[in-house]
Amino acid sequence: MRGLHWILGASLAAILAAASSEVAAQEKVIQVTAEKFKFTPAVIELKLGEPVVLELTTLDRKHGFQVPDLNVDENIEPGKVTRVRIVPAKVGTFLFHCDVFCGSGHEEMAGEIVVKP
Amino acid sequence: MNEPKGRREFIKLLGFGGVVFASGLAGACTNILRKSGGQEDDFFFVQLSDTHWGFKGPPNPEAANTLRQAVQAVNALQQQPDFIVFTGDLTHTTDDEAERHKRMREFKAIVADLKAPVQRYMPGEHDASLDQGKAFQEHFGATHYSFDHKGIHFAVLDNVSDPQAAIGDAQLDWLLADLKRLSANAPIVVFTHRPLFDLAPQWDWATKDGSKAIDLLQHWRNVTVFYGHIHQEHHFRTGAIAHHAAQSLIFPLPAPLSQPKRVPVPWDPAHPRRGLGFREISVDESRLVLTLKEDSLEGAGTVQPAAAGGSY
Repeated sequence: MRGLHWILGASLAAILAAASSEVAAQEKVIQVTAEKFKFTPAVIELKLGEPVVLELTTLDRKHGFQVPDLNVDENIEPGKVTRVRIVPAKVGTFLFHCDVFCGSGHEEMAGEIVVKP
Repeated sequence: MNEPKGRREFIKLLGFGGVVFASGLAGACTNILRKSGGQEDDFFFVQLSDTHWGFKGPPNPEAANTLRQAVQAVNALQQQPDFIVFTGDLTHTTDDEAERHKRMREFKAIVADLKAPVQRYMPGEHDASLDQGKAFQEHFGATHYSFDHKGIHFAVLDNVSDPQAAIGDAQLDWLLADLKRLSANAPIVVFTHRPLFDLAPQWDWATKDGSKAIDLLQHWRNVTVFYGHIHQEHHFRTGAIAHHAAQSLIFPLPAPLSQPKRVPVPWDPAHPRRGLGFREISVDESRLVLTLKEDSLEGAGTVQPAAAGGSY
């Protein structure tokens, strides 16, 4: 498959888990909101080896949060918080997108996780 | 072993799924088998995909004309196909239910001018994902079904009515029941909208449970899949199964993961229909060799403009 050169480290780049409601006190938490047709923030910067919990919420309807290269595939339901724990294990840029078709503009609902040294 | 195949090359493989690729201008030449003295028992069909009727935006300022141009181009073929299949995204999505029905009615009115005796339809996510296929079924019928034509079994799979792009176990059970009466060597063609394999999950170019369908289909030796969704010609193999994506009839998209974002290829006023086209598929008398010919809309005639709505 062509054009993967800008994604550094495509697989097994992080140890991931859909986190339980218990978040270790020392772990960084990043709020991510989803709405038609964007994520905020659209670029999530992480540091190699530093655990983080993404707290995903939606402002309008059901959306998805899929990061294929990190094996993340979660739904974001209205009125709920979806937590995703990431321990970045590799430097690189990893694309995420909404995988619940949500209307005209759905294709633009994407972002990237950037893991820096 | 999976092997991507480049476009515009001529390849002939043994067995079904063996194809000859060709490219050309719509109406400029006809099906290879027919030109080279094919047998009377040969036949061909045409694949149109991703017409996105109702789209309006910079990637195709001529969107109100493109579908009519495609109809004219297919009607201009020296021979008419046995049937035409539309592999999804007939209309561009809209949150407005009344507008969705309006677009589907308009689409049907335009394609009613096709000369080919039979048209087969299936939904894309733009047609079906917001209402789980309700409007589509009202206008076009079932979202998954099968039929036989001159010795080939055709199965239409719906991987879009579920907004999360799954086929679902119930439909997979139906597929197995539909196919299990066939011999292991039976020629089978599958039509679907999204790729069944993981072409580029990072761009949502995949089917959530597509691997289940592929595992099922691999019990038969002669299976070919035609799909749309990615707005470009693409050829791939998973085991013995050949997968062929068609060009769109609205705007081209870039090669899989060739750039950071999946955005339409910018419209070129010097080549307004570049990257748009349709496919002729010829079947030889053995029913075991398919010949693919990619027709471009570039050079096709103009038509009178009509209203279109929606946006990218």
